[in-house]
Amino acid sequence: MCLFFELYEFFLNTMASRKEGTGSSAASSSSTTGAAGKGKGKGGSGDSAVKQVQIDGLVVLKIIKHYQEEGQGTEVVQGVLLGLVVEDRLEITNCFPFPQHTEDDADFDEVQYQMEMMRSLRHVNIDHLHVGWYQSTYYGSFVTRALLDSQFSYQHAIEESVVLIYDPIKTAQGSLSLKAYRLTPKLMEVCKEKDFSPEALKKGNITFEHMFEEVPIVIKNSHLINVLMWELEKKSAVADKHELLSLASSNHLGKTLQLLMDRVDEMSQDIVKYNTYMRNTSKQQQQKHQYQQRRQQENMQRQSRGEPPLPEEDLSKLFKPHQPPARMDSLLIAGQINTYCQNIKEFTAQNLGKLFMAQALQEYNN
Amino acid sequence: MATPAVPASAPPATPASAPAPAPASASAPAPSPAPAPAPSPAPASSSDPAAAAATTAAPGQTPASAPAPAQTPAQSLSGPALPGPFPGGRVVRLHPVILASIVDSYERRNEGAARVIGTLLGTVDKHSVEVTNCFSVPHNESEDEVAVDMEFAKNMYELHKKVSPNELILGWYATGHDITEHSVLIHEYYSREAPNPIHLTVDTSLQNGRMSIKAYVSTLMGVPGRTMGVMFTPLTVKYTYYDTERIGVDLIMKTCFSPNRVIGLSSDLQQVGGASARIQDALSTVLQYAEDVLSGKVSADNTVGRFLMSLVNQVPKIVPEDFETMLNSNINDLLMVTYLANLTQSQIALNEKLVNL
Repeated sequence: MCLFFELYEFFLNTMASRKEGTGSSAASSSSTTGAAGKGKGKGGSGDSAVKQVQIDGLVVLKIIKHYQEEGQGTEVVQGVLLGLVVEDRLEITNCFPFPQHTEDDADFDEVQYQMEMMRSLRHVNIDHLHVGWYQSTYYGSFVTRALLDSQFSYQHAIEESVVLIYDPIKTAQGSLSLKAYRLTPKLMEVCKEKDFSPEALKKGNITFEHMFEEVPIVIKNSHLINVLMWELEKKSAVADKHELLSLASSNHLGKTLQLLMDRVDEMSQDIVKYNTYMRNTSKQQQQKHQYQQRRQQENMQRQSRGEPPLPEEDLSKLFKPHQPPARMDSLLIAGQINTYCQNIKEFTAQNLGKLFMAQALQEYNN
Repeated sequence: MATPAVPASAPPATPASAPAPAPASASAPAPSPAPAPAPSPAPASSSDPAAAAATTAAPGQTPASAPAPAQTPAQSLSGPALPGPFPGGRVVRLHPVILASIVDSYERRNEGAARVIGTLLGTVDKHSVEVTNCFSVPHNESEDEVAVDMEFAKNMYELHKKVSPNELILGWYATGHDITEHSVLIHEYYSREAPNPIHLTVDTSLQNGRMSIKAYVSTLMGVPGRTMGVMFTPLTVKYTYYDTERIGVDLIMKTCFSPNRVIGLSSDLQQVGGASARIQDALSTVLQYAEDVLSGKVSADNTVGRFLMSLVNQVPKIVPEDFETMLNSNINDLLMVTYLANLTQSQIALNEKLVNL
């Protein structure tokens, strides 16, 4: 879905950085010029370019608000992150939301929206450099092909971009859940080749654990915002909601397990497919072998009878090789399952802690 | 209390004022016919500072300057009339994201600009107005003139509408601790965009050591029949939070305590630990109070006593065996789920290895 505008995004960046007064009247555009305009100082090739993501408090609030107002249910909301790169840190200073795709808005021009927005923001001195995008997620399910493609095109155009995944349901349970992900260099290589066959993936030695890497996030505020925070605290005096300590967890757990089960089902189907493929290939091998042997025998018989041998036939035409199943999907599913499992473990750890506290309280009561 | 902003003084609408390219064609070159109460079709222009100004200023006023439709005389307010700023009056409900945006755009203002202004977006209710979004608008301000980029404001509003179609223009904001004459003019413009616009001021210059946040709406004042002036009456400001916003703000607030204003996000048990520490603090305050009362330092208060009573009774009294069973079954559930999760993870890892053979 975002793939469409992602392709234009590449142009946007090069144009934006040039418009910005690098002064060059370059005619050609290449992603390197785009990236160079954003400050390259990063490490070597094997290393990831971004060690830390620093987010302004404002961005966090905006993302929360966007989801709260526009995204309900399983819809994802997306938006663009703006900021700049400082040494090995990615600073995100502002963001703006992206309207959701609706069928009746077929003529809605995403590219234009983005261009307009960035131009306008530049007038008020907001950093107008794209550094990534954000997306909300439903119970942690975000490892999809679409996300991979989008992040790849972003990372291809801008070396340091990240995708911020915001989990509103987890946040509502007590603590902000915001994670920043990038594709590993290995995966970037594979994506560049556009070759997702099993051989390429095996060569790249990619396992589901090495698809995405998480970048630690810190939140930073300016002094004036700190003053604002103090002011708010004095004025608003909203009672602290102790959501985090609530013991009722079965609903959330049930849903997550449901999603996990669906994925595991998909995974097992995938495995079945793979097994069938393996079996078919080996059967085919056997058949080929038998055919060859028969051929040889016939030829020997014919020779002994003095007849011309039968011509060698092209084996590959007789036995068409089977297509190996796509590996990328199963990698994605495995990655997703991994994320679910980690979420579950985190959740259960918290709940166990809470249960033990409740027990202590009860014991004291008795 | 209300700050009168009658521009009896220098008519700000003087010459050479740049392009307040007010899309209002109302400010077409009609030299203002003095405050004759000629009915004008222009959309609700409530206050009319220019009318007052027109009396003082020379007739040769360049009309194109001020965004004020100089030719519309005083008119009655459109929209619900305000009974007053105090209970019974309208309430303005702010979300924290607005204030953060305002502060951020103030920090990014152009050199030489003393303040920034912008538009407020949100929804209107019967009794209150909820402000949920805002964006800043570039403007130039100097001693005698003010120019606001209206085109920009319109464009931004269109863009924002694409994302949230329910938001309307509610008014505008300005940083700085006072209302100036220019504010009146800008308010004038905004009253064309929205009925009865709200003006929000955020004091970023921290006068009196506080960042005061106030909201105003304009009312007419003066002797009826004569030139009307404009007065900004304050409104009550309340802060609303969505649940998730509350949690976000709590987290962001923690940067106040760290030396370089940076905090990381904490992880599972740390969060539980943090929350229980907070409860512990609250409990110790309560304990302290109870002890003070017992020792006679503080006089006992019945309402507080009742609250305390209900607090203590919140912990449910359950028969120990029942509680044990409940606890154990819950713990078993959680352990089982953890076990399954681990099992699944090792399963997919194995699968990976097998496939790659």
